[in-house]
Amino acid sequence: MRYLLLIYDNEQTWANMSQEESQAIMGDYFGYSEEVFGAGVAKAGDALQPTSSATTVRVRDGQTLATDGPFAETKEQLGGYYLIDVPDLDEAIKWAAKIPSSRIGSIEVRPVLDFPDAPGAGESAG
Amino acid sequence: MLRIDPTQDARGVVERLFREESGRAVATLIRALRDFDLAEEAVQEAFAVALATWPSRGVPNNPAAWITTTARNRAIDRLRRQKNLETKTEALRQLAALETGEREAATDADEGDAGDSGIPDDRLRLMFTCCHPALAPDARVALTLRTLGGLTTREIARAFLVPEPTVAQRLVRAKRKIRDAGIPYRVPPADLLPERLSGVLAVLYLVFNEGYVATDAPGLIRPELCDEAIRLTRVLVLLMPDESEALGLLALMLLHHARREARVGGDGRMVLLEEQDRTRWDRRSIHEGVGLVRRALRISAPDPGPYALQAAIAAVHSEAEAADQTDWPQIAALYGVLARVQPSPVVELNRSVAIAMADGPAVGLARIDRLAETGDLDGYHLLHSARADLLRRLDRHAESIAAYRSALDLVTNPVERAYLERRLAEAVAKSGLDS
Repeated sequence: MRYLLLIYDNEQTWANMSQEESQAIMGDYFGYSEEVFGAGVAKAGDALQPTSSATTVRVRDGQTLATDGPFAETKEQLGGYYLIDVPDLDEAIKWAAKIPSSRIGSIEVRPVLDFPDAPGAGESAG
Repeated sequence: MLRIDPTQDARGVVERLFREESGRAVATLIRALRDFDLAEEAVQEAFAVALATWPSRGVPNNPAAWITTTARNRAIDRLRRQKNLETKTEALRQLAALETGEREAATDADEGDAGDSGIPDDRLRLMFTCCHPALAPDARVALTLRTLGGLTTREIARAFLVPEPTVAQRLVRAKRKIRDAGIPYRVPPADLLPERLSGVLAVLYLVFNEGYVATDAPGLIRPELCDEAIRLTRVLVLLMPDESEALGLLALMLLHHARREARVGGDGRMVLLEEQDRTRWDRRSIHEGVGLVRRALRISAPDPGPYALQAAIAAVHSEAEAADQTDWPQIAALYGVLARVQPSPVVELNRSVAIAMADGPAVGLARIDRLAETGDLDGYHLLHSARADLLRRLDRHAESIAAYRSALDLVTNPVERAYLERRLAEAVAKSGLDS
């Protein structure tokens, strides 16, 4: 099964960190990425620019409305993700718990919704 | 495996069999089908067939195996009518394998014990799946009682005093999450086992406590929750005979449950431990519980777990013929170990009370006052009532009265309130005599 591991942490925590601290965590991230991609588990993964760079887009009555800032103001912000492919939730939890941000923020584990491509198979989906 | 008394009527056999064995049949079918609803429905149908045919045709030699086979055939019928060929073919293959008993035995390391019915016992993996930490705590309890205990949604709702649709929704959501989130159907591997086992034990203990605490609510089926929790914990112990904490939990339940008759007074209300008529304690349960504690402590030595230790404390109480013959030094020592294994202010309070009983009220009071200074238990009535009791025994009546009043401000249980009011009245009378 594929799972998206969504990395949430407080941008302020990062901003308040000493350079040594943030470099240590970044080092852990490089190590983790090497491990999770090296094991063939991760299919994709990226870090995101802070929410101050975010733009939220909505289309209403055919009009595109672009506004400054993230979709929702929350205490912890989406800062990155890994897309992994593992047999079950226990494995996904194991990989999520190894992400360095699990120690300072939270990781949301979301199974990917698969639409079977076989013709006719779709009628039982959902 | 259930023993059938041939003189029993067929309906009684079916009902008893349902309580004892439906979880087992459901567990086996879920393994083959990966579908909780289909498994439950098929097993229910099988019991309905049994109810319709056994009274006239007689009870089969191996009723449990008959139920599983019939449920399997019902599931096959239902699947054949389904449209999705891919999932259907796989499920049918798995169901066919149930019959030959071959199944995935070669690939599955944690194969259940086939026992005398010839069908492997899958209840352990069902327990771990139902109690998975990714499910909401309420859902774990409901799902365990529904699938393993065979309780109806209605029975669960009544037992937990929540509306039936709430329970139904919890069950639907939990089953959907198991499927959609990929919660595995298996006994966890060794690295996850301790953490997950403690999750299963917590669910079983919660079910037990829900029934145990409600003894003063007459007319509810809650006392049955105690029996159900004990029954499920017995299954766990049967399947994991060397897990000391499972043994400890079963012992703890049995030792508490042994007092059930004495816990309810003539007015239907709860009676506190020190005031119970100990001749009404269930000696057989105590005997079994004490034996289990010994085994749990022996297996886990030198690092007993919290359930084994709590059971050991309950066992010491159980072995005293009268409240004033309680071996308090032993209880204080056990609380000392428990405070190390599972430190908490409440454990510390209980330990202090035991020390007061063993070494005198002054020693205990000094400990409780230190504990009170932390402020952790300010809102806990038993801290104030324990202080009040020790102050009373030290003839410090004015302080004792104040502490009883603090306890009364916080207490909610009517039985405990009545007890505290009686004690307060005694303290007031005593202080009047002294002055």
